Amino acid sequence: MPVKPKEKPAPELTPARHPMEKFLRTDRIPHIWCAGCGLGTAVSCLLFALDELAWDLDSVAVVSGIGCTGRVAGYLKLDSYHTTHGRAIPFATGLKLAKPDLKVVVFSGDGDLFAIGGNHFIHAARRNLDMTVICVNNFNYGMTGGQVGPTTPIEGRTTTTPFGNFEHPFNLVYLAASAGATYVARWTTLHARRLQHAIVEALTRKGFTFVEVISPCPTNYGRRNKLGEGLDEMRYYAEHAVIRHGADPKEAEIVPGEDFLIGKFVDTEKPTYLEMYQAKVAQLRGG
Amino acid sequence: MSRVLMRGNEAIAEAAIRAGLKCYFCYPITPQGELVEYMARELPKRGGVFLQAESEVAAINMVYGAAAAGVRTMTSSSSPGISLKQEGISYLAGSRLPCVIVNMMRGGPGLGNIAPAQGDYFQATKGGGHGDYRLIVLAPSTVPEAAQLVMLAFDLADKYRVPAMILGDGMLGQMMEPVELPPPVDPSSIPEKPWALTGAEGREPNVILSFDLSPQGLREMNRVLQDTYREIERSEVRWEEVETADAEIVLVAYGTMGRIAKTVVERAREEGIKAGLLRPITLWPFPYEPLRELAERVPTILTVELSAGQMWEDVRLAVEGRAKTPFYGELGGVVPTPREILSEVKKHVSS
Repeated sequence: MPVKPKEKPAPELTPARHPMEKFLRTDRIPHIWCAGCGLGTAVSCLLFALDELAWDLDSVAVVSGIGCTGRVAGYLKLDSYHTTHGRAIPFATGLKLAKPDLKVVVFSGDGDLFAIGGNHFIHAARRNLDMTVICVNNFNYGMTGGQVGPTTPIEGRTTTTPFGNFEHPFNLVYLAASAGATYVARWTTLHARRLQHAIVEALTRKGFTFVEVISPCPTNYGRRNKLGEGLDEMRYYAEHAVIRHGADPKEAEIVPGEDFLIGKFVDTEKPTYLEMYQAKVAQLRGG
Repeated sequence: MSRVLMRGNEAIAEAAIRAGLKCYFCYPITPQGELVEYMARELPKRGGVFLQAESEVAAINMVYGAAAAGVRTMTSSSSPGISLKQEGISYLAGSRLPCVIVNMMRGGPGLGNIAPAQGDYFQATKGGGHGDYRLIVLAPSTVPEAAQLVMLAFDLADKYRVPAMILGDGMLGQMMEPVELPPPVDPSSIPEKPWALTGAEGREPNVILSFDLSPQGLREMNRVLQDTYREIERSEVRWEEVETADAEIVLVAYGTMGRIAKTVVERAREEGIKAGLLRPITLWPFPYEPLRELAERVPTILTVELSAGQMWEDVRLAVEGRAKTPFYGELGGVVPTPREILSEVKKHVSS
């Protein structure tokens, strides 16, 4: 008589509730992101980070621009702002200066933050405004159907580079570091716990802190460049992402098919914009 | 002539290339994505430059530079992106530089949505940016007409040294229709541009400015602009009239709405209602005179728009109280059906 295997309930792979549901506007779920997109992971990492910090949520505001990542603000049950395309950082600047006690997080995409918003990014970093910028970099404009972006690698296929991209892309780590960011880290959506830890660090540091999240876009960038499903891109990260803390940001270029650096590149301190401002005001008042 | 099935956005792109487009600058935005993507595929192969800029502000200023060099140049976008371009458009107008700007409008204000809307009429026809200037504004209602008007836009822009705008919406941009594509323009037939910055060897250097710090000098520059605008108003008004000869009610509608209004007129006639249509093709210069003439004999002029009543103001300026001027509009990207408009028509006819 064959032995009947002992019945064991299958582990709950897809729980009925999101573990961080308390931070989500569940009435707006399901979200619009595609299967295999990295945005869900990136958002979860932010939410787990907020949970770990156990801050009063009234003290946190999340600002997004426009695009797939721009949708993030709309899904969070915090004071959140879905602002103009490219202008999340100026909006966040106004917010921070009007309410200096607020923890301001900008959560947006590579096109929003570094093409149309590029000027604002470098100036906020230069001023050392006290805010955390999280950029989900998926190497193209996803929302509008997959056009070339400021981080699209050379030879990358997009709807506006049908013969392969020939524009040099930004190395966001190098850009943020040279513009003056006091904390710069890069992780992929595969490195969820490390990413969560980096967000905790970025949120608790003073000044302009930056976290780049390398993320799959299987529907647009992945499909046109034959990168496979979202899971295949995760395998790619496992094979090619090399953790090297304190590496020279210049060396953090991303070239398809080659290893690329992730980790914490910059962690330093300097007076923030508001500290400089308050010092100047005190000097004026003191005569 | 070649007859092909094309989307509005693609037909506009192809017509622009055939008109001799040399430099095209853009930034992604829906619902004009196919236009950008068509240019990315085709323009590099056909002797032009395609560049996706870092923002709409960059794109319009690239157009500014290319226009100053005397080449046929164009940008395209949709409502929020066109708002970003307004500063550059004002400078182009002030510098008397020809170019073509395509606006596939969407619901607004702010981010709005990507559905068909006509809320950018004021922005397009009354200046949009700062200062006393106008754009030539052409409003196609079908895909074939869009292709024709793009070619006309380049010619008019060059002739008068005034930027020209194509004002459409997502319905026109996404819809596929058979198009008779005109043959490519012979480059030698494009008029010379002796004012262009082409290198000053063998001639006096040209200078292109949008300003003069002395009020007298700036007044003169403005007078040149205004004289040009009066000339355009005299010579370039374009419109279509349908069944207006015996009409008791005339609809005024343009673009997508003009096309729907044509169906409304047909259905009204089937029911014995003497309805007609005046469809402005140039929104600036606006067909004030033809409307004024109609208002002398038609008791009701009904404006139908996908806005809260922007062109309606120009209709009332034309009619000047000679006829009743009711308005019917939809907002936020909602497009009324012919039946809904027909029941509105019935409210205004006596029988």
